[in-house]
Amino acid sequence: MESNSFLHVVSVSKSFRGLHAISNVSLKLNPGEILGLIGPNGAGKTTLFNLITGFLRADSGEIEFLGKNLVGLEPHQICKMGITRTFQIVKPFSHLSTLENVAVGCYNRIADLKEVEEKAWEILQFVGLNKKALEPASSLTTPDRKRLELARALATVPKLLLLDEVMAGLNPTEEHEIIDLVHKIREAGTAIFVIEHHMRVIMGLSDRIVVIHHGLCIADGDPRTVSEDKNVIEAYLGKGAHLAKD
Amino acid sequence: MREYQPQEGYLGRGLSWQKWLIIGLIVAALHFLPWTIPPQYVHIMIMIFLFTITGQGWNILGGYAGQFSFGHSLFFGLGAYTSTLMFIHWGLSPWIGMVFSCFIGIMMGLFVGYLSFRYGLSGPFFALIMLAFAEICHMISISWKAVGAALGLLIPLKGTSLALMQFVDKKPFYFITLWMMVGALYLVWRMEKTRMGFYFLAVREDNDAAEALGVNVLKYKMVAMTLSAGLTSIGGTIYAQYLLYIDPDMTFGVMNSIEILIRPIIGGPGTVLGPLLGSVLLTPLAEFTRLAFQSYSGVYLMIYGMILVGVIMFLPDGIIGLAKRVFYKMRKEVE
Repeated sequence: MESNSFLHVVSVSKSFRGLHAISNVSLKLNPGEILGLIGPNGAGKTTLFNLITGFLRADSGEIEFLGKNLVGLEPHQICKMGITRTFQIVKPFSHLSTLENVAVGCYNRIADLKEVEEKAWEILQFVGLNKKALEPASSLTTPDRKRLELARALATVPKLLLLDEVMAGLNPTEEHEIIDLVHKIREAGTAIFVIEHHMRVIMGLSDRIVVIHHGLCIADGDPRTVSEDKNVIEAYLGKGAHLAKD
Repeated sequence: MREYQPQEGYLGRGLSWQKWLIIGLIVAALHFLPWTIPPQYVHIMIMIFLFTITGQGWNILGGYAGQFSFGHSLFFGLGAYTSTLMFIHWGLSPWIGMVFSCFIGIMMGLFVGYLSFRYGLSGPFFALIMLAFAEICHMISISWKAVGAALGLLIPLKGTSLALMQFVDKKPFYFITLWMMVGALYLVWRMEKTRMGFYFLAVREDNDAAEALGVNVLKYKMVAMTLSAGLTSIGGTIYAQYLLYIDPDMTFGVMNSIEILIRPIIGGPGTVLGPLLGSVLLTPLAEFTRLAFQSYSGVYLMIYGMILVGVIMFLPDGIIGLAKRVFYKMRKEVE
């Protein structure tokens, strides 16, 4: 394996009591890349995220990040190494204010309260939540909670950001705002690995797309190639669908 | 909607000099109080301070880090018995005994904490584990002759001596507990503004989200346990020295666990002043009802029960939580 790889997942498998959630999945992520991860419901997308971030432990295979094996590390250690995730079901610290929520993330790299506060305000402004900085997180609307999830993850200063359906449940305007944010984050040098259900969104957003189905990686390539891939169409629309199109 | 401009000082805001002045004046005034009130009221003040200390101990683990303990009498009892036994058998000064009490309490806390937190026990399960360990110690102390068994231990009074933490008068205890309480409140107030303080809150709110943001959840639960157990044990030592007598029920008993946790819960869990407020409200109530219904010894516990039910139903964040909500609502309406 090349030692210069950024994130390298090598034939990772995970099963839950005989159900193969992820079987033999390999993929590579390059620095500064936006990689999309798609697949039908239950394909194992979130499981793959859980494996990379240490919330689940792979049965076999290796996950290398900047030349170090991540398998067996705790989530907080992986976060310290530079991989931060968001959750599909947002998990705000409800009793804390928006600012305090972000501050918890900032403490990952900064120890001094003053610097933490400065950084937290900067991030809140970046995601457009500064007007609600002092509101309790429980009072935020759904799109704002998604923003908060993103803001907290950014506060940890990740090298790689794993976004689990940050756009689910948003209207097109809100989607666009998040897409702009994601592009800005990438321009700042952070690589992004994103799960998204919304085809139009992910096709426009990603540099490259990986498709998994029943825990198997069935396609890997640029959005155009993937959308025309026979296996992918089959996975989404069923066998014979591509024939009907011809 | 008000526009908050990015500006420092919203996190862990310091206190204005006016507030420091008020606090200073109150603390100074408290130093003159014992000479102006009758001794039985001095006793009540001592109990208020003492239960603020133990309540703050509970608050660090239960209020800030969100690990609800239903057996903090475990640490209280260990604290009381450790210093007392060392004093009776070896003549060791309770001041030094307090250090050992603290150590023993922390060791027990780390043991129980590791057992529970390592396997992700939390909520009611953790509460019951704590209760179980407190009851184990309760049973041991009832049946083991070497620690006085059910009769308890009488601490021999050797006259007023600062070195032995023994005083015929109540006033010295008033000052010891007052200063310790002020110290405990100050330390917790400082803790709120550190990484540790923020991480405790994150752990309380959501373990997974905290882990994903780089918080070592297990470690911070253990740290909270250490501080909590240590502080509560110290409270136990002072209590023993003050009453010069301890028995299994009043130290390791379930009722004592309730005494410890009910104050911060009513005042406001996870706040600096919650335990103090709870103690100011409840301690006099407990003492007076105990006096008023002497022949019905359990009446004040019934009152506790009713208050606890009411607070949990209507004030889940305690009185301070309610005050904050009202304040927040008023501010919104003004806008």
